[in-house]
Amino acid sequence: MVSQNSTSHPANITPRSINDVVIRLAGNSQDGIQTIGGFLARLAGRSDQDVMTFMTIPSTISGGPSIFQVRMGSGDILSAGDQADFLVAFYQHSYESHINSLRPGGVLIYDSGNVTPNPDDKRFTNIGVPITNATVEAVGGTGKDKGKNIYVLGLLARIFNLDISKLTALIKERFGGRSEDIVRNALMTFDAGYAWPTDNVRDCYYNFTATPHPSGRPQVTMDGNQALSFGLITAGVRYGAAYPITPATSVMEILRAELPKYGGIFVQCEDEIAAVSTALGFSYSGHLAVTNSSGPGLSLKMEGLGWGVMAEVPLIVINVQRGGPSTGLPTMVEQSDLLQAIFGSHGDSQRVVLAPKNVEDCYYFVQEAVRIARKYSTPVIVLTDQSLATRIEAFDEPDLEKIMGSPAIERAPRGADFKPYSLDQLTHHAPPGTWIDSGSYPIVSGLEHDEMGHPTGNPAMHQKMTIKRREKIKALGAELSPPQVYGDQEGEVLLVGWGSTWGPAHEALKQLRMDGVKIGQVHLRYLHPLEPGLDEIFRHYRQILVAELNDEGLYGYGQFATMLRARYCNDSIRGINKTDGLTFKVSDIVAGVNRYLGRK
Amino acid sequence: MSSLPIVSAPVPAQRAPLTKKNLTADHPTWCPGCGDFAVLASFHRVLEKLQYPQEKIVCLAGIGCSSRFPYFVNTHGVHFLHGRTLPFAVGVSLGNDDLHVFAFGGDGDGYSIGGNHLVHTARKNVRLTYVIMDNYVYGLTKKQTSPTSSIGFKTKTDPTGAIDQPINPMRTLINSGATFIARSHASQVNHMVEMMERAARHDGFGVVEVLSECVEFNEGAFDAASPRKGGVFKTIELKKNDGTPEDAKRHDPTNELAAFDLALQPWPGVFGVFLDVKRPTKNQMEAELIAKAKERTKGATDLQVLQATFSRMR
Repeated sequence: MVSQNSTSHPANITPRSINDVVIRLAGNSQDGIQTIGGFLARLAGRSDQDVMTFMTIPSTISGGPSIFQVRMGSGDILSAGDQADFLVAFYQHSYESHINSLRPGGVLIYDSGNVTPNPDDKRFTNIGVPITNATVEAVGGTGKDKGKNIYVLGLLARIFNLDISKLTALIKERFGGRSEDIVRNALMTFDAGYAWPTDNVRDCYYNFTATPHPSGRPQVTMDGNQALSFGLITAGVRYGAAYPITPATSVMEILRAELPKYGGIFVQCEDEIAAVSTALGFSYSGHLAVTNSSGPGLSLKMEGLGWGVMAEVPLIVINVQRGGPSTGLPTMVEQSDLLQAIFGSHGDSQRVVLAPKNVEDCYYFVQEAVRIARKYSTPVIVLTDQSLATRIEAFDEPDLEKIMGSPAIERAPRGADFKPYSLDQLTHHAPPGTWIDSGSYPIVSGLEHDEMGHPTGNPAMHQKMTIKRREKIKALGAELSPPQVYGDQEGEVLLVGWGSTWGPAHEALKQLRMDGVKIGQVHLRYLHPLEPGLDEIFRHYRQILVAELNDEGLYGYGQFATMLRARYCNDSIRGINKTDGLTFKVSDIVAGVNRYLGRK
Repeated sequence: MSSLPIVSAPVPAQRAPLTKKNLTADHPTWCPGCGDFAVLASFHRVLEKLQYPQEKIVCLAGIGCSSRFPYFVNTHGVHFLHGRTLPFAVGVSLGNDDLHVFAFGGDGDGYSIGGNHLVHTARKNVRLTYVIMDNYVYGLTKKQTSPTSSIGFKTKTDPTGAIDQPINPMRTLINSGATFIARSHASQVNHMVEMMERAARHDGFGVVEVLSECVEFNEGAFDAASPRKGGVFKTIELKKNDGTPEDAKRHDPTNELAAFDLALQPWPGVFGVFLDVKRPTKNQMEAELIAKAKERTKGATDLQVLQATFSRMR
């Protein structure tokens, strides 16, 4: 029924090749604009195009302004784009809030039933479409405007010459689980949007430049929380426990639904403390477990984390950062849990902190977290953030045959010389159920203990055990390689970043180099312990600028910059910081670097 | 329950029977005369009776005098955080359904800092046994008010006497949804053994609240229920369903309201099984979820299941 035959465009409309496009959809949270964004992202993934999205959702239960920005195209898409090429405005407030994010010369598509654009603003090509009325008409005038999102998808499909058969397949997949009526209505709505004659106000339609995908593997499209969840499953994690908290909850939702298929269990606990405790119980029972949370929840888990360090029980803790402190900005982004992740908890409690740089890295790097937790019998914190959690990216489908990890647990009898806390070796506990040849069963303890796990107040033993727990984390640091340096290998500025800022920081690097700045970049993923060789890298630059989404604090440096200054005693380390709850734009970082260089 | 691969070699066919001797570990650090000694001795006797494979017994505890328990039993053991023993035990029990999981603690651990966990572990009916050694005082930290301290009881945090309404542990436990609830007294070893054995054999969350005297900071607190100290140890007679007239007066442990009535009896109250009901355990229900999920995936390997998921995300 969808107009496969109507792909021809009138003669006055010419094709125009584009490399990539940024489309911002602005409406309210119940309009399903995330759905259109998701469709476009998945279509791009299926078409071997790169894609990245950016989304804000209100923290209210229903309603409130919401946007979804999708950038897709050929080549390496690193950020969701500073400015939009297309803006779709559902309401007057959407128009007013977002018209200035549209680049001059861009295209505004607005619901002519709801929006009156400023007639004096000549910067854009304005296309008014009665989106609400046309949607209602398309499904036979039931008076319901549900489906406006699908209508807009039809409009965009026409403008961008998108692959109709792939899109309709996606619509059928998405709605196919429900009644046939719903699928039929969705397809009729899509068709109506596709057929709307916007041609008279446009002089062209767009064709993406075709670039063959290098790997030859199909692409998968998902958000950061999905990538983390399936990364954990790939690595062999089968047990976990959590308490719902935005923006981490979808990890527990996915694992609760998926793990039973793999013989595992995910428990929804009564609170964050119970969640870390139950996860530690799973790990002690032999199954390396995960607990996930966000800022305030991580604070609640700190005592349990300290126990995991002291008792040397492995654990994966995923912390999806949001704006803080306290309830803060639950649906917005910040990188302000770094010091909490590294130093939170009590006593000298060394643990590992990792930060993936994009959605694909969420999938792979969480597997590295699992490897480390198992090898060193330690808690590992994986720091992501709201922007990674909710944005959708496409990446090469993983080669599962090669990387699938085993969930097997080790309950082979332990010899008579088994010591749970040997001072000479890494601790690897004997899970309960394990026969102990000596007949003397081990105790796993949060009190300072001797090599057999028995409590001791012996000062020398506390010192030895503290050293043991510290040295094993340092041993991890020693097995790592120095980070890659991008751009100029020496020069005026080294741009340093961590976590989700990878994309905009790397685009900023390219832009600044084109502007003639001698600049290099490192993006760190192992935050504690640090990757080796940084001091040597730092020596080749006059300024080290750390871009991070947190406040400069009392002493003028962001959290990671503070860490690096303390570690390297290097006073050329300074920060580019902001705390507006949004991701870095490329221009934010470029401006930050230029400020330190005294340019502009 | 788990269908996960487990690397394990056969344990020796010849295993010595469990005795007090091979179950004994460190010497207890409790004060002479502490009621917890009797609880420990009773627990050793319970294990001697049950003869579970030694490596499949796990003793877990939080923080407090009584929470030192795992150090004194030669089984796999964990000394965890104050108040968090139960959620930890949930992970251990669900992580390996073959284990016999015992959790120990005191009134501060169980009813104060860990109060929330008690309710939720009980309602989920996780398969494990929980023994609370209740001495109505904080002993390890040397005499502060506990959630079960009586009104007027003088402590370092209530020098003129406690003023806050104490918890009635039996009411709290009945209300929590626990499926096996018993009350005992540390001066009554045979009774403790019977209650703990029943709790251990119970398929679900079984709790035994034991009045265990702190001779250092709350001496004589439970004399009223100790015949040797001139008190009366009044036990609950359970229904035999024999149709006799006297049976009508006996307690039906499946009757929650009757259990509540027992919990409301004046001090020192009665001892025995208050509640003993059947409800599916979380262990069993999670196993069913796994079985159903496996049925839908028709015996596919983990790799095939995950591959199918990725194919849908293309």
